[in-house]
Amino acid sequence: MTSIATARLQSTGQTAEKSPGGTEILRVEGLKVHFPVTSTLLRRTLGTVKAVDGVDFTIAAGETLGLVGESGCGKSTTGLSILRLIEPTSGRVVFRGEDLTGLSKRSLRPYRREMQIVLQDPYSSLDPRMTVRSIVSEPLKVHRLYKGAARAERVDELLQLVGLQPEHASRYPHEFSGGQRQRISIARALALDPQLLVLDEPVSALDVSIQAQVVNLLERLQDELSLAYLFVAHDLSIVKHICDRVAVMYLGHIVETGTTDDVYKRPTHPYTQALLSAVPIPDPEHRGRKKRIVLQGDVPSPQNPPSGCPFRTRCWKAQDICAEEMPELIDRFGHGHPSACHFAAPPENGPAVPASVR
Amino acid sequence: MDISSEPQTPDRADTRLGAPLLSVRDLTTRLAVESGVVQAVRGVSWDIYPGEILGIVGESGSGKSVSVSSLLRLLPSPPAIVSGSVMYNGQDLLTLPERRMRRIRGQEISMIFQDPMTSFNPVKTIGSQISEAIRVHHRSVSRRAARARAIELLGMVGVPSPEGRYKQFPHEYSGGMRQRAMIAMAMANQPKLIIADEPTTALDVTIQAQVLEILQLAQRETNAAIVLITHDLGLIAELADRVLVMYAGKVVESAPVMELFRQPRHPYTLSLLGSLPRLDVELDHLVSIPGQPPSLTNPPPGCAFYLRCKMSDGRERCWQEEPALLSIGAGPRSAACHFSDEMDGLAQSVTETTGVDVRAGKE
Repeated sequence: MTSIATARLQSTGQTAEKSPGGTEILRVEGLKVHFPVTSTLLRRTLGTVKAVDGVDFTIAAGETLGLVGESGCGKSTTGLSILRLIEPTSGRVVFRGEDLTGLSKRSLRPYRREMQIVLQDPYSSLDPRMTVRSIVSEPLKVHRLYKGAARAERVDELLQLVGLQPEHASRYPHEFSGGQRQRISIARALALDPQLLVLDEPVSALDVSIQAQVVNLLERLQDELSLAYLFVAHDLSIVKHICDRVAVMYLGHIVETGTTDDVYKRPTHPYTQALLSAVPIPDPEHRGRKKRIVLQGDVPSPQNPPSGCPFRTRCWKAQDICAEEMPELIDRFGHGHPSACHFAAPPENGPAVPASVR
Repeated sequence: MDISSEPQTPDRADTRLGAPLLSVRDLTTRLAVESGVVQAVRGVSWDIYPGEILGIVGESGSGKSVSVSSLLRLLPSPPAIVSGSVMYNGQDLLTLPERRMRRIRGQEISMIFQDPMTSFNPVKTIGSQISEAIRVHHRSVSRRAARARAIELLGMVGVPSPEGRYKQFPHEYSGGMRQRAMIAMAMANQPKLIIADEPTTALDVTIQAQVLEILQLAQRETNAAIVLITHDLGLIAELADRVLVMYAGKVVESAPVMELFRQPRHPYTLSLLGSLPRLDVELDHLVSIPGQPPSLTNPPPGCAFYLRCKMSDGRERCWQEEPALLSIGAGPRSAACHFSDEMDGLAQSVTETTGVDVRAGKE
């Protein structure tokens, strides 16, 4: 494991500046991803789904940024468009000083080595007809790295790194359980020594006991290889556990962001407050004592979002101004923890999440 | 099964709640598949009392859903072979003629499924399906009255403008709305028992909060007992009165909710609680349970959790002898572990040790 870490440091020519929370490696500015809705029959555009509608954030080397929100908020689209697996409509994705959005496919390729992705479903993200060895070595083949015996050795090393055995290399994905398949996906993502992993709901499809195995593995790998993670998830408890900073998304916008500790302890956007209050706490002592904010209705269609603040249709604080003016994502309390609400305020009934004594 | 003869919750049976509403004894389900016979449920016994919420928690493949589908006889046979007994109102549901079983399903015992998209008929309106559920069981109710009742029910579960929504098809409802409609249908005939199988798993957390409120409302309105099947210990903590923990087709622990979370008496329950990332507690690392559940085509002879258990420590008894679900102390608790008494007061340190092992890298 250490050999990989050292090898990586040598190959990238980097040394001390890779401390966690240090150098910024990714900067996303005004990212928008719009999908046209077309009618095949009439051959015309009926409208636009604004999946991501102006998102800004940065990630430093060795850091984990969590992107949380409910289905359809644009968190996965954001992750995919950073890697240009979905083309951004506008905005900038700056990776280590280079704007990736303008690059040709060919000049993008060296950056692809640095940024890899792990997808949610390890059943559909691994080709069932390929052995584990060919799955994990495919990125090496594409990028023409590690020839012959060295490549086989590299695959063995990667499998051990993620807690599998080199003997597993000759098997097929169906011979593995969900948790083990997710380890294979992680090994594949690490093959090229990336600096940033986009983790798109990497543990959502797994059972709790297996989920903990993969979460612990991701934490260990981050320590050993000083990886930066963009952790996309809907599960607020996991995000709290694994992320240094968090950005809460709603209908294509970031509505609140800050350190995980700050956002979870002092959420100031009503949506963040509602989201945190809705998570069931696995401790029966909190039953009835926890103030749950139950929101009315569903998330509006991103094809026809509300005017002004996207959350106003479900918000108990909404006033006239909310329909007229989109609130800016700014630091309203000088805490270094911006939120996009005209009426941002700390939770009214004490902390959003009760603390348990253990 | 030596446990099936003795009541697992003697004190509750005597005092607050009277006789059990439903008694499951030694329920066994085997599924014949290509690769052999899967012993999906391996001798499960439990009671549910009027008005209580019994939580059944377990991971995929633990047999929690199969066991309730078996007791309602919803599994096609073959491949399912079900044995044991399910006593309800003095009759065994497993031997009842299908015609009489149909009268119980949907009227006295109703069910809420995880995915309301597949449990509604896509080519009939939501309203007509709820009316039908009413009229199937009450022939004397006129179409008009059934319609009025269905609209009333839709309104009760918080479907906005229920008159208009009555005429819509399932695909015109959002996921949360469909689940509300499902609950409305489950309430329609004032059932004695509602079985909710992962009722909120497919939903987002803010929608889940809405549906849970409706589920609690349904219980207040009908005064039904609820069997809540879930993998989410958070839901169990918020809703259940009593909990069964299932693992590899068996109940490994049974306890009132507070005691289960405060002092689990089976190492699996303990590890499960330790493996949860928490909003309310700062954890340095999660306890990961090594390995994976055993294959139920060929279950191990001794304790099914043995290979993943940190407490067993290679002791012979664990892999040689299958632990029975035995009562603990005087209270209504039981656990299926040979060394359950070692967990007395040990909960904290066992969690810590297992946690340290995990960090060593041998997950």
